Amino acid sequence: MKKFSIIATLLVASSGAFAADEALYSEFKDMIDRSFKTTGIAAKHRMYQLDFQKECSSEKPLSAKALKAIEADQLKTIRYPADGKYSSGNWKEGEKIALSGRGLTWTDKTPYDNGGGCYNCHQMSHKELAYGTIGPSLADWGKIRGSGADNVKYTWGKIYNAKAFNGCSNMPRNGDSDILTEQQIKHLMAYLLEPESPVNKK
Amino acid sequence: MRHKNKFVLLASLLAVAGGVGSNVALADQSTDAIAKYREMIADGNPSELFAAQGEDLWKTKRGPKNASLEKCDLGLGAGVVKGASAKLPRFFKDTGKVQDLEIRLMTCMETLQGIDPKTVVNEQFLKGEREKMAALVAYIVTESNGDKINIDMKPAEMKKMYELGKMAFFYRSGPMDFACSTCHGDTDKRIRLQDLPDLRSHKGAAAGWGSWPAYRVSNGQFWTMQHRLNDCYRQQRTAEPIYGSDVTIALSVYLAATAKGGTVLTPGLKR
Ligand code: HEC
Ligand code: HEC
Repeated sequence: MKKFSIIATLLVASSGAFAADEALYSEFKDMIDRSFKTTGIAAKHRMYQLDFQKECSSEKPLSAKALKAIEADQLKTIRYPADGKYSSGNWKEGEKIALSGRGLTWTDKTPYDNGGGCYNCHQMSHKELAYGTIGPSLADWGKIRGSGADNVKYTWGKIYNAKAFNGCSNMPRNGDSDILTEQQIKHLMAYLLEPESPVNKK
Repeated sequence: MRHKNKFVLLASLLAVAGGVGSNVALADQSTDAIAKYREMIADGNPSELFAAQGEDLWKTKRGPKNASLEKCDLGLGAGVVKGASAKLPRFFKDTGKVQDLEIRLMTCMETLQGIDPKTVVNEQFLKGEREKMAALVAYIVTESNGDKINIDMKPAEMKKMYELGKMAFFYRSGPMDFACSTCHGDTDKRIRLQDLPDLRSHKGAAAGWGSWPAYRVSNGQFWTMQHRLNDCYRQQRTAEPIYGSDVTIALSVYLAATAKGGTVLTPGLKR
């Protein structure tokens, strides 16, 4: 009898907490809704989350299981190059794309013609010192990882949709989210993989 | 004239420090922020010019009611400026709202001077009423320089804003899936050469929150906290936050509460 009432109290208490969480979350959504406006190309609907964005917005890391489910979903979005040519790009063009952090803000005129912003987060060329550290160093990427089919495919996939390999990655989904074109990704592939690129050559 | 020369020299010195210094700072992360700040402003902080304009504006009769702001209550009583911004944002009983410095000033402009808040909200940064707002802010935050960050978290409204702000901090959305936490959610990270404070931690929040509003040497502009947050949301590739909207207040409460006890070094001096 006593045990039963303890359980009942616990249940009531936790559903109470749950209701409070729900109420706070609904207030939060209202707050987001009334706090933003469309400016230029940055439309207000950018504030509404995709399912995985919502899952990845918790302070605590997601469970391994939840991450796996996101990764499986995101993997399906990757489109590999239609002509099968992963590395037909030009590393010099790739470097420009990697250096440029512009694009998709409300001060940009068009949603196209974006940079990759890779240097915001990664070391890449041996010569470029102004690199960020949010992501790992990619210096010598081709030299270390090689240009075997597996690494070529992985590199493409990672650039196209980083979430396919790490569900809540900080790295954008460059292909899936229409940040970069297939051609731009090819240039980046050359930059990361070709022996002549300053990423691989000191 | 003398003043002007000194100003230009300072700006170019700082520009050099900002470029080369970033590398130096990487090697020496432990440099005491306060010592560095004192060193930087030893020869005068360019914000003084904005602060002087702001002090004038505070005392100038303006608006349909032709009144000054000298009776404005920033939380410590009518007309008290000293120490006020170190305790903002706060819950104000008269408006029933949590307000940051800029929103509170809009309330005073409306009630005392009859100036419609829309003339600020709908303006662009660095222009018109927003430019005046920035000058007022420069004046007011100078009067809290050296104080402890000490916002009053007792009111339930503040606690709720804190929770909402924390949720906003981790809220990922938009084409790049970024949240504040993408760039400010880890220790010792940087974007290109710019160091990013970990705003989840007391240390990072104290350094980040406590040194804004700030004068930006790279462009000679004085930026308020609303301006800082607006530009971070721009880099985050979200839609644009409305000036003074609740999300900006909630984030400010989250940052200031996390920074509580840290030292106010305002106006800050930034790249
Ligand atoms: C906002 C940060 C950010 C940006 C911008 C970014 N990345 Fe990343 N990247 C990361 C992080 C963090 C990782 C580490 C693994 C993870 O969490 O996904 C990563 C991992 C990678 C990897 C795999 C590394 C490994 O060891 O498996 C590659 C390749 C890569 N990024 C390439 C790029 C390229 C090319 C660009 C630009 C088009 C880019 N990244 C832009 C954050 C970023
Ligand atoms: C894509 C990267 C990025 C995102 C996302 C971002 N910021 Fe920032 N933030 C920066 C950079 C870079 C700086 C350095 C200042 C500068 O621009 O000179 C900065 C500076 C700041 C500062 C001042 C720190 C200091 O020490 O001067 C605060 C406070 C801040 N950001 C808050 C936020 C908040 C809150 C959000 C979310 C709404 C956010 N940021 C999102 C990149 C970002």
